[in-house]
Amino acid sequence: MRKEVRISGFGGQGVILAGVVLGRAAAVYEGYNAVQTQSYGPEARGGASRSDVIVSDEEIMYPYVRRPHYLVTMSQEAYDRYAPQVREDGLIVYDSTLVEPNEEHDVEHVGVPATRIAEEQLGLRIVANMVILGALRELTDLVSEEALKRAVRDAVPPGTEEVNVRAVEQGARGVRE
Amino acid sequence: MSGRVEFLQGNEACAEGAIAAGCRFFAGYPITPSTEIAERMSERLPEVGGVYVQMEDEIGSLAAVIGASWAGVKAMTATSGPGFSLMQEHMSFAAMTETPCVVVNVQRGGPSTGQPTKASQSDVMQARWGGHGDYEVVALAPSTVQEMYDLTVECFNWAERLRVPAVLLADEVVGHMRERVILREDVETVDRELPEEGEEVREPFPLEPDDLVPPMPVFGRGHRVHVTGLTHDERGYPATDDPEVHRRLVRRLCNKVRKRARRIHESVGYDLIERESDLALVAYGGCARTVLEAAEELNATVFRPRVIHPFDPDLVRRLLDGYEVLVVEMNLGQYVEMIERALDAECVHALEYPGGYPPTPERVIEEAERLQG
Repeated sequence: MRKEVRISGFGGQGVILAGVVLGRAAAVYEGYNAVQTQSYGPEARGGASRSDVIVSDEEIMYPYVRRPHYLVTMSQEAYDRYAPQVREDGLIVYDSTLVEPNEEHDVEHVGVPATRIAEEQLGLRIVANMVILGALRELTDLVSEEALKRAVRDAVPPGTEEVNVRAVEQGARGVRE
Repeated sequence: MSGRVEFLQGNEACAEGAIAAGCRFFAGYPITPSTEIAERMSERLPEVGGVYVQMEDEIGSLAAVIGASWAGVKAMTATSGPGFSLMQEHMSFAAMTETPCVVVNVQRGGPSTGQPTKASQSDVMQARWGGHGDYEVVALAPSTVQEMYDLTVECFNWAERLRVPAVLLADEVVGHMRERVILREDVETVDRELPEEGEEVREPFPLEPDDLVPPMPVFGRGHRVHVTGLTHDERGYPATDDPEVHRRLVRRLCNKVRKRARRIHESVGYDLIERESDLALVAYGGCARTVLEAAEELNATVFRPRVIHPFDPDLVRRLLDGYEVLVVEMNLGQYVEMIERALDAECVHALEYPGGYPPTPERVIEEAERLQG
């Protein structure tokens, strides 16, 4: 098992943190190998910031994502840039509040209104990253729900653990329904 | 390996390794892609009773580190290419005054300010010869986040054993990536040999034997030692006109490192994966991750040194003689020159890959196949 994940969006939406949480869940709580890399500098400040995670049960040598199995995207610019790179048998999870999918990309798509869920159900727009991460986990089973929640608690600012864990749960519910 | 399991950036792991090694002083001037080291040290050092100073520049940073070391504290700075250039005056001074210290260089593309957020391995030669004069350093190249931790500890240990500046020759690939790391509790640490407290040290800088590492006096403990960057005699006083004193001094500064090259390589370790092949790939640091993957695909032997300096030509000859050798590095050919010195130069080839990223495994495979015709 070796899966390449790209989480992308605007700088400031927390896409880097989402990648770190996923990598941590896999590496610390599931015993997998995981490598997380990200865009830096000017590249990270526009509308196509990215956080890449490779999860594998074998050693990960070359650390960069080449063709994602899973693309999570929270901005149109990131969608437009990264959707063509997704493997044919891959999956695109997009924030349907912000992204209009393009039918030309013949890959399975799942839309989750992550930003709307964050605003309306959690009262905090900024946890949309955890909503969509919860949705990704539910769809892919990359890591267990328990592992993901533990990693969320480790990684988010103190005092915000509960709202972030609820965001993960709401994201999972969003794709189950 | 027992310790706390974490998921950290290489730079963060480096800072944790420094703390574990006993580092209690950091002076630096943050620069991409090494900034997270300074950032984490500024949080961690006060927790363990250490001191963090943000300096006015890199020249002052290494000067402060040298001062702290003479006050008896394990000290470190971290920088990247342009900052490493500014530090060279004091790399040379630290070598001459035999000051143990650790300098982390998370390499980025150059010359000059180059590519701040991108990876490079173009300071391999500068690590050894960036400063003026005849001297040797220890330089280690990590390939994983775990090695950012472990080799930082090794840098401190070799700096203390040999009284030299030790360079962690990292790169942006391993500095910025996150991976699982075990923050070991069972770290072996080495402390420099000290003279007896209050003892008058008559000859703090003996000239013989030529590989001697003398005990290091500590400022403020009554040793009354004179420390200078000028060529000095056994007592530490300038002796700039005596060719024989200079010869013996610089020979010892170099030989205390050179004569221990094999021991350093064996103690720090290297990867040698031998396969039924005429081809051997050689790589170090972040770039080695590409090469390990490509070598598996090619069924080629692979050699990954962790020790870049001092080079050990006999070891390389023993491991790689008889192979067609392909050296892959993120520069226009630096480590390959050392390999050429050890082997039949006609059998040594290079994939030179500056630009900010390591080559993909596919690129390395393509080059290897071209080589094999």
